[in-house]
Amino acid sequence: MSAPIITLEGIRKTYRSGVVEHEALRGVDAVIEEGEYVAVLGPSGSGKSTLMNILGCLDSPTQGRYLLAGEDVSTMTEPELAVVRNVRIGFVFQQFHLLASQTAQRNVELPLVYAGVGRAERRERARAALERVGLGDRVDHRPGELSGGQQQRVAVARALVTEPSLVLADEPTGNLDSRSTSDVLDLLDELHDAGRTIVLITHEHEVAARSRRTLVVEDGRVVRDTPLPRRSLAARITDEVVAP
Amino acid sequence: MSWAETLRAASEAVRAHRLRSVLTMLGIVIGIASVILTVGFGQGAQDEVEEQISALGSNLLIVSPGSSTDSGGRRGGLGSATTLTLADAAALADRDAAPDVAAVAPVTSGQVSLEVDETNWTTSLVGTTTSWPQVRTRDVASGRFFTGAEAAGAADVVVLGPDTAAELFGGSSPVGESVTASGRTLTVVGVLDSSGASASGSSEDDVAVVPVGTALTISGTTGGSVSTLYVEAASASTLSAAHQEVTALLQTRHGVTSDDPDFSISTQESLVETANATNETLTVLLTGVAALSLLVGGVGVMNIMLVSVTERIREIGLRKALGATPRVIGRQFLVEASLLGLAGGTVGVLIGVAGSWGLPVLVDQPVTLSWLATGAALGTALALGVGFGVYPALRAARLTPIDALRSE
Repeated sequence: MSAPIITLEGIRKTYRSGVVEHEALRGVDAVIEEGEYVAVLGPSGSGKSTLMNILGCLDSPTQGRYLLAGEDVSTMTEPELAVVRNVRIGFVFQQFHLLASQTAQRNVELPLVYAGVGRAERRERARAALERVGLGDRVDHRPGELSGGQQQRVAVARALVTEPSLVLADEPTGNLDSRSTSDVLDLLDELHDAGRTIVLITHEHEVAARSRRTLVVEDGRVVRDTPLPRRSLAARITDEVVAP
Repeated sequence: MSWAETLRAASEAVRAHRLRSVLTMLGIVIGIASVILTVGFGQGAQDEVEEQISALGSNLLIVSPGSSTDSGGRRGGLGSATTLTLADAAALADRDAAPDVAAVAPVTSGQVSLEVDETNWTTSLVGTTTSWPQVRTRDVASGRFFTGAEAAGAADVVVLGPDTAAELFGGSSPVGESVTASGRTLTVVGVLDSSGASASGSSEDDVAVVPVGTALTISGTTGGSVSTLYVEAASASTLSAAHQEVTALLQTRHGVTSDDPDFSISTQESLVETANATNETLTVLLTGVAALSLLVGGVGVMNIMLVSVTERIREIGLRKALGATPRVIGRQFLVEASLLGLAGGTVGVLIGVAGSWGLPVLVDQPVTLSWLATGAALGTALALGVGFGVYPALRAARLTPIDALRSE
């Protein structure tokens, strides 16, 4: 088996405001293999957002080592991290974070722009990604002309378009109604089935239940690491054997 | 990210906030347009004065009463207006006393109201001698100039400038007609050729020329004092010799020394210098004011860019999350500010150029468009955008991605 996609070793993060120190993460160890679908579950204030920031290379740990696809990113500078985020990680945010003035197509192209991909190839790949999330007929729509669920699907397309090692979804269904929620979660399932590594941050058990493994975070530590029984490896093998 | 992509992203951002972009540019637009117009006005005024003065002819000495100070201003002492007389003119015209003087035209100047039937026209009244057309290099278009006999006898004759003739008589020929000036009826004997000095209707073409004696009676003064003596040197090369002869002769006649003269002599060159110095001061002053408004425009760009950084903090966070390095973000905001500056500058130049064509029609003041000033203004606009864009761009580049993403 190839090296794990994520290795966290003794990750600590301390925030300091004035003289008050707040330890958001108190030593997190975890290993996530390629192709896993992991939910990070925890109530607000548990440190899961801090963990997500560190996993997403948006923030650096105060202490500890973070290997992303074999590369130690815990000591990188911001410009280096920007490149890592661009190449390795696809983000899906709770608030979608689409550029309102631009079409779905341009929004999806954005990470490719920063990767230095040429115009024609960008266009083609963005269209393919939108096609894949079922929005092939909405490429020229602006976010304002799309429903919340559709906007989040554009965001998923944007996360996919660079073929990242890791798709990091931060409360992706937090702003969606139940139908759109299940749409987006179905989409993540599909991505997982296609072999993508997905880390989903959430505080909802029902959402976490769609993953194959749950890391429960409380008080800055991983307190439980459960592979969920619902679709165990055995069930998946059965599925695949039974499926036509 | 390539420059082309940066430019595209920046122009998209500028277009996304159309009203704000336009308002931001407004300061630069006004600044650039006013710089171009001020410089244009200054240049136009300077050109006009130079043209008028050069129309005087290069062999000309202009003798005025009162002494002239170093700065070019003229100091008139008590009763100084009477220091030049017709007798002075006659003495200067003496070939033996002043061999390098070709001709002398004494001139009295004032205003007169001319009447023909119901038409009334106020113009400048020039009282002079028959030397005037030669000295001032003016020709008569129709009719004739007044004769020596008419001049000596202060005859009731008048030669009109072409504009004056047109005002009083319309298209018909005024030669032989009569005009009334302060109750005195004058016969029009000729009409002057256009001086061609200036396209903007200079007073050179709106004038009534009469014998000096006639002018004195019309204006009601006696004593034979004149306001100016126009002295023509025999040639340009003898101008300084003529200058010395005139100075010496007048000092002797007036009993004054060079330390305390009661007259001053200007040449075409010195007049141009004086006029230019005055104009330049004014132009520099006005351009300074316009440049200040440009600076204010630049501060406006910075202000809006800072607002824009704050307002688009989540967009910046997103771009960073998607892989934009601090350098790329900084560059985008810098290019945005430069675009605003350049676009504002371009619109400002267009307004300035349009104004330089349109304004002379409205205010009868020539505007000479300086392409150098226009280019410099455009460069300044771009520099303002870049200069005042640096700080907001740095602010944007330094935002940490999570702070930017999390902000509401």
